[in-house]
Amino acid sequence: MQVPILKQGPYLIASIQSALTDADLLQLRESLVEQVGRYRSRGVIVDVTALDVMDSFASRILRDIATMIKLRGAETVIVGIDPDVALAMVRLGLNLEGVATTLDLEEGLAFLNKRTKSDGKR
Amino acid sequence: MNEARGLMATDTQSHTDASAVLLRELVAHLRQNRTQLREEWVRRITSAQLLTAMSRDEIFAEATSVYDSYVEALETGTVEALQAYARNLSERIIPRGVETNEVVGIVLLLRDVLARSLFAKYHGDVGLLSRVLDAYEPAANRIAITVAVGFVQQRERVIRDQQDAIRELSTPVLQVRERLLILPMIGLIDPQRARQLTEQLLRGIRMNRAKVVVIDITGVAALDASVANHLVQTVDAARLLGATVILTGLSPEIAQTLVNIGVDLGRMTTVGDLQGGIEEAERLLGYKVSPLSEPSPAA
Repeated sequence: MQVPILKQGPYLIASIQSALTDADLLQLRESLVEQVGRYRSRGVIVDVTALDVMDSFASRILRDIATMIKLRGAETVIVGIDPDVALAMVRLGLNLEGVATTLDLEEGLAFLNKRTKSDGKR
Repeated sequence: MNEARGLMATDTQSHTDASAVLLRELVAHLRQNRTQLREEWVRRITSAQLLTAMSRDEIFAEATSVYDSYVEALETGTVEALQAYARNLSERIIPRGVETNEVVGIVLLLRDVLARSLFAKYHGDVGLLSRVLDAYEPAANRIAITVAVGFVQQRERVIRDQQDAIRELSTPVLQVRERLLILPMIGLIDPQRARQLTEQLLRGIRMNRAKVVVIDITGVAALDASVANHLVQTVDAARLLGATVILTGLSPEIAQTLVNIGVDLGRMTTVGDLQGGIEEAERLLGYKVSPLSEPSPAA
């Protein structure tokens, strides 16, 4: 299943609706990295609220996305990780180091607003 | 002639039937000598200094019930009634501090008292005595095991209930400000409790939409490697939910332990005490706390 990517002002929002295959994840990474340049977006939000499993491949791809988006000059934030999923992830040593995470979409937007504003000031 | 009937039975019927007959005879004997045997038993209990938590009258009353259930269990061969009584008795005496050895002790004493009375009754005929004991001993042992197991199970249930109660009581996740939670950890943290704390904290973060969590471990006397690692995992998991964790109140001993066992707490924010932790959290959340009015120097 393809992940819809929505453009919302200066941000891109990718909302994952169901469990993804490895190919879907690679596809998501490709489209995000491509679109962030096309739309000159300043931030990317990946919403994983609907995911009840996060394996090592998925978390590696999420980290890759964050790093690649950074190289393309924007910020990434992962939102909506379920408490049980978070616990399972850290038990497997998947702690998404260096990737911003927030509770939900609203928090993610607030985070990006704050981050991009302070970037602008500098 | 009871003895004669017992003998004839052995000759004519199968072994199990014979022992059933002997058991019936035995039960009749125990019913007949109820008063005397019961008194003898209570006397032995008192002289062995068992059940010291109970008064003599209480012991006598319980002994009577146990004796009757015991004889009934011998007679019917089913231990359910006795089991239920043992559970009920355990429920009553556990809060009074009766120990396992006492309960096992009194049941074994009863077995001994009854065995003695059988010796006295049948000492003229060793062959019959040994058959009577063959019938009596397995039944008596089964009863003893039933009572002891019943007591221990009851006790384990009480301990489990108390553990659950303590666990629930001791892990509050409190909101002190909008988006700021504190989790005061107190007492002994075992892996199971640590896991429960983590789950509760993560649920709390989601429910209260917390941004910052202060975990205070002033009340924790010692941490071992597994619990320390769990703490690190908790911090990581909280971060995945978008919350920052501040750890406060690490005692010198715990700091020493953590350094010795080489747990990587480098990624954690640690502050000396709870007050400092809350101040740091307020700073992160953008709060500025100041007195309502400056004391004016002119007045």
